[in-house]
Amino acid sequence: MSLSEWIIAPVLIPAVLAPLMVLLMRFDMLLQQVFSVVGTVALAVLALWLLIGASNGPILDYRLGNWPAPFGIILVLDRLSAMMLALTAGLSVPVLLYAIGSGWDTRGRHFHALFQFQLMGINGAFLTGDAFNLFVFFEVLLIASYGLMIHGGGAQRMKAGVQYVVFNLAGSTLFLFALGTIYAVTGTLNMADLANKVVALPPGDAGLIRVGAILLLLVFAVKGALVPLQFWLPNTYSHAPGPVAALFAVMTKIGAYAILRVFTLIFPPTTPATGSLFADILLPAALLTLAVGMIGILGARQLTRLISFAAIGSMGTLFIAVAQFSPEGNTAALYYMVHSTLAAAVLFLIADLTIARRGEAGGALRPAPRIAQSGLIAALFFAAAIGMAGMPPLSGFVGKLLVMQATWGQPGQALIWGTILITSLIALLGFARAGSSLFWKANAIAPGSRISDPEERPTLPFIATGILLAGLVALTVFAGPVTGWMQGTSAQLLDRAAYVTAVLGPK
Amino acid sequence: MELLVASAVGMMTAAGIYLFLRLRTFPVILGLALLSYAVNLFLFATGRLIVGAPAILSLHLKEYTDPLPQALVLTAIVISFGMTALVVILSLGAYLETGNDRIDMHEPLDAPQVDATTATPSDGPEHHPAGPEEQS
Repeated sequence: MSLSEWIIAPVLIPAVLAPLMVLLMRFDMLLQQVFSVVGTVALAVLALWLLIGASNGPILDYRLGNWPAPFGIILVLDRLSAMMLALTAGLSVPVLLYAIGSGWDTRGRHFHALFQFQLMGINGAFLTGDAFNLFVFFEVLLIASYGLMIHGGGAQRMKAGVQYVVFNLAGSTLFLFALGTIYAVTGTLNMADLANKVVALPPGDAGLIRVGAILLLLVFAVKGALVPLQFWLPNTYSHAPGPVAALFAVMTKIGAYAILRVFTLIFPPTTPATGSLFADILLPAALLTLAVGMIGILGARQLTRLISFAAIGSMGTLFIAVAQFSPEGNTAALYYMVHSTLAAAVLFLIADLTIARRGEAGGALRPAPRIAQSGLIAALFFAAAIGMAGMPPLSGFVGKLLVMQATWGQPGQALIWGTILITSLIALLGFARAGSSLFWKANAIAPGSRISDPEERPTLPFIATGILLAGLVALTVFAGPVTGWMQGTSAQLLDRAAYVTAVLGPK
Repeated sequence: MELLVASAVGMMTAAGIYLFLRLRTFPVILGLALLSYAVNLFLFATGRLIVGAPAILSLHLKEYTDPLPQALVLTAIVISFGMTALVVILSLGAYLETGNDRIDMHEPLDAPQVDATTATPSDGPEHHPAGPEEQS
């Protein structure tokens, strides 16, 4: 089999595993765990192989049913897709290990099957080269996420789950309206074909395609939690089970990926019908998102809520870079995307470690007696918070530096720099306050006392958290080669002709 | 024909959005269903409205209907059907778990729990012994 035939495998492996788990292994948790871990590790190996293949070779495609594009559905593997696959796989292995180690997977049914379906949807969304197929994979990943979100049950979680589902169903409807409008104007939904047709539209159709494109931007902004469409995120992430929230760290990035893909390939700033319309909308929204997220950190009274707002803020930083629509902006966006996914995920895992040990106090940001393994967890929290807030030495600092470098000399530079710097300070304050009331003030209210912890705590959750944190460290240490590779990715993104030729064949 | 389809899409969307913004799950689910009907009809119309022509491409036919939107609508119908079923079950679960069918989460966690057996109508329909569906 050639490399291009393996492109379908990241969708197929979980798609086959998940039904097997539901049908054959539903009463055997150990078997489910084994298959889930093996499947996820296999996905990670595959993603790494595809990543190597994509970085050294041209853009590859896989035609479903061997129908030629634009008539059939097509999966496309370029550097961006391969990077997102690898990121998802790199996130899912430690998260799955954490879920098994912490016992979360046994607190409800079908965790592993839903987890695999979730991976199937995410991988599909990153690979597809067809806009309607993107919608279908969005629905696959959403319906799995609905199940994961309410895993374990509980009144508050169910309520938050209803909100999440309703918000996203509205988003899906909007997605269909957007696709319908775009199809009505262009007569195609294949992304490469759209890239050809949108540029050559007659001026009379400009209004309609603008409506379609803006609707599409709104849909992706809902996924990416861009202000004012971020309302679903805090309740969802803070009420989801810890490992699920950690996996969801990549869900917002799907919105960012889709915006990067669609608005560099189909509607680049050179399109006569749309021009710089999207950058003009995206940049103020991104600045607001950053401000809202970081102020939310300061206002949060629950640990998981605080991290949710940090995730919103990091999406703001990411979208500032995306809104530049320049090679430097794309590079910064890609780097920050990897960083913020890992940082948010590791914070959610640490929050879960903390909450599991605090008993009655739960995630409330107020002093409580010392928890078991307080020192280790506090150190992990400290490191992850530094990463998230963007302080040196971790990759958040490098990422923010790249974003600021990308906006150097651009219009609104003072505003962008001011917002990033001030919000970083606010985030630092918020995290410092949260950390001190969680871990430090324990001695102040009851010196020497600790929450008795009769349970034997497994080490697997710590290993999983450590792997993610090691990822952040590696991203910092190898920042040079990584950004070099991402510059290549960014150049490939801007080379629209190469993508179109790879999918539709030479003219 | 155009007027009929356009006004149907518009009215269903308007009604759907109105219901969608309510604070109880039942009207919200109805609103979502209406929105999905509206979008299905809208997708159907994106291949242009042609009456009495087959949805198939043939060399012998001068006029045909674009078959692709019909395939898209089928996919959209299946997905929205599944999603509606899911949101109904989820809302039922949330209702049974929390004892009310509100969408918002503003009720403070430490709010006094109303005992269903001694509830008065002023406590709201969700606390009535008969349950909210028997109220109106």
